[in-house]
Amino acid sequence: MTISAAPAAVLAPEPTPGAPRPRRPQGSGVSGSRWVAVAFAAPLLVYLLIFYAYPLIRSIDLSIHDYDVRAFVQGNADFVGLKNYIDVFSSPLFGQAAWNTVVFVFGSLIFQYALGLALAVFFRGSFRLNGILRALFLVPWLLPLIVSGSAWAWMLNSDNGIVNAFLQTFGIGQINWLTSPDTSLLAVVIANIWLGVPFNLVILYSGLQNISADLYEAAALDGAGPWRQFWSITFPLLRPVSAITLLLGLVYTLKVVDIIWIMTGGGPANSTTTLAIWSYREAFGTGQPDLSPAAAVGNILIVIALVFGFVYLRMQRRQENS
Amino acid sequence: MTARRPWWKTALGVLFTALMLFPVYWMVNVSFTKTADLRLSPPHLFPLDPTLDGYIEVLRQQLPNLGTSLLIGLGSVVLTVVIAAPAAYAISLLNLRGGRTLNFVLLVAQMIPGVVMAMGFYAIYVRLGLLNSVWGLILADSTVAVPFGVLLFTAFMSGLPRELLQAARMDGANAWRTFTAVVMPLSRNSAITVALFAFLWAWSDFVFASTLARNSALKPVTLGIYSYIGNNTTQWNAIMATAVVASIPAAILLIVAQRYVAAGVTAGAVKD
Repeated sequence: MTISAAPAAVLAPEPTPGAPRPRRPQGSGVSGSRWVAVAFAAPLLVYLLIFYAYPLIRSIDLSIHDYDVRAFVQGNADFVGLKNYIDVFSSPLFGQAAWNTVVFVFGSLIFQYALGLALAVFFRGSFRLNGILRALFLVPWLLPLIVSGSAWAWMLNSDNGIVNAFLQTFGIGQINWLTSPDTSLLAVVIANIWLGVPFNLVILYSGLQNISADLYEAAALDGAGPWRQFWSITFPLLRPVSAITLLLGLVYTLKVVDIIWIMTGGGPANSTTTLAIWSYREAFGTGQPDLSPAAAVGNILIVIALVFGFVYLRMQRRQENS
Repeated sequence: MTARRPWWKTALGVLFTALMLFPVYWMVNVSFTKTADLRLSPPHLFPLDPTLDGYIEVLRQQLPNLGTSLLIGLGSVVLTVVIAAPAAYAISLLNLRGGRTLNFVLLVAQMIPGVVMAMGFYAIYVRLGLLNSVWGLILADSTVAVPFGVLLFTAFMSGLPRELLQAARMDGANAWRTFTAVVMPLSRNSAITVALFAFLWAWSDFVFASTLARNSALKPVTLGIYSYIGNNTTQWNAIMATAVVASIPAAILLIVAQRYVAAGVTAGAVKD
């Protein structure tokens, strides 16, 4: 779910009251009673308990029991402790899925970031249509993933895809993008880069707005060209925003299921099976849900995501305080 | 001061945008292509000889699915706003104890992989008989939007002028009345933004739909497209036509929400 990432981040950098969450001094509430506040928050608290905490507890519960279909309905699964986790770590698929995850995540992030930054710098200049073009760049990010996924799948189709037809005009022979284990991971990474560029563009662009134009003018007076200006001003001053963009991207790319599943289903021969896909396939990819190992893989994924998530939150807080 | 506006930058910008949007263009192009022309090599770059066959297929097969998606989207919007707005009011204006912690929990909640949530929901829904139901999907889809909604509302509401709230209290309004008569009308733009995103996410959802409604009679359109890809690899024009129709909410969002986000920004700028 790449999409769930961006809006908060997109909206936050705007000068809306709140992006930096200005806290007012306590004690100026509308009503004195704190129970009134609790009452207003109660639906959310109940909601979080039922629809976040309980599913999470349930997924931990699944991972330490052996739930087959019958046990599922009757609710008497055997307790197996950490066996599911041990099975996951000792599975030959673990190494491959972990490696695919690393390639998918970092391959996506590096290019999303580089392209997003290049475009943000480009759009920083003022020219006609700038606003409209920037808005149009959001399109890939707003489309349902099934739409983008199927569009890319057809574009990369071996026999009838436009990509191969285009490459053919340069004399490059047919590439089996999605059906060869050599290129399938590259293919889904390309599609995912396309999906992520808008997010990086928007955040980095708003980061650029906070760099004073005076700096560039002074640098220009000193004879620094655009290239020099970028490396001496833009890039260093954008570092905090860059770090946050990349970390947030990392957390959200780790859990991507849709785009890979739609394009390749994790195949061929597990060449695009990431940890998230592995979990999804164990649980729902076959006729009979096998939830216990799937939950184990999923929970490992949560731990990884949360580690980076906390780094992100710390970094953001430090930035807010500075 | 008149800024220099070099035309070549505009030209370059148009070129970049065109490259970026090529997959979207291609989807539209294929959606108008005749089934017989789908296998042409090289393919037609423009729909010179368009057909509406793909769209007729959409109307014939996907209308119920589009209706289901619409229902799920609207349900998710209502649920999200009803839960998020009062909570944000409590956090931002009623000095809810532990409000900061709650914000933190919501940020963390957004990081949990959807596939894990789907498994948890699956396990719960099996027991409750909520699998393959519209209600089940509304509840599951809203979990994506609720944390976002609370954070956005909180950000906006903490910028509201306290004088207004105090004036309301002087007039004898209690907390509920202040919320419904003062805070919510002022937060209209935030509400629209939250609603639009809640709708779009529910409309776009694939992971929950493909796990919690796999055997449903009422499928959301995302699953309609997915089962199309599985069964019907010859009719990519119909698949792409469905994809085009499924993209309409995104297109509307892009046009409408831009304005509302901008409106929210100006509303904030006036506050002082």
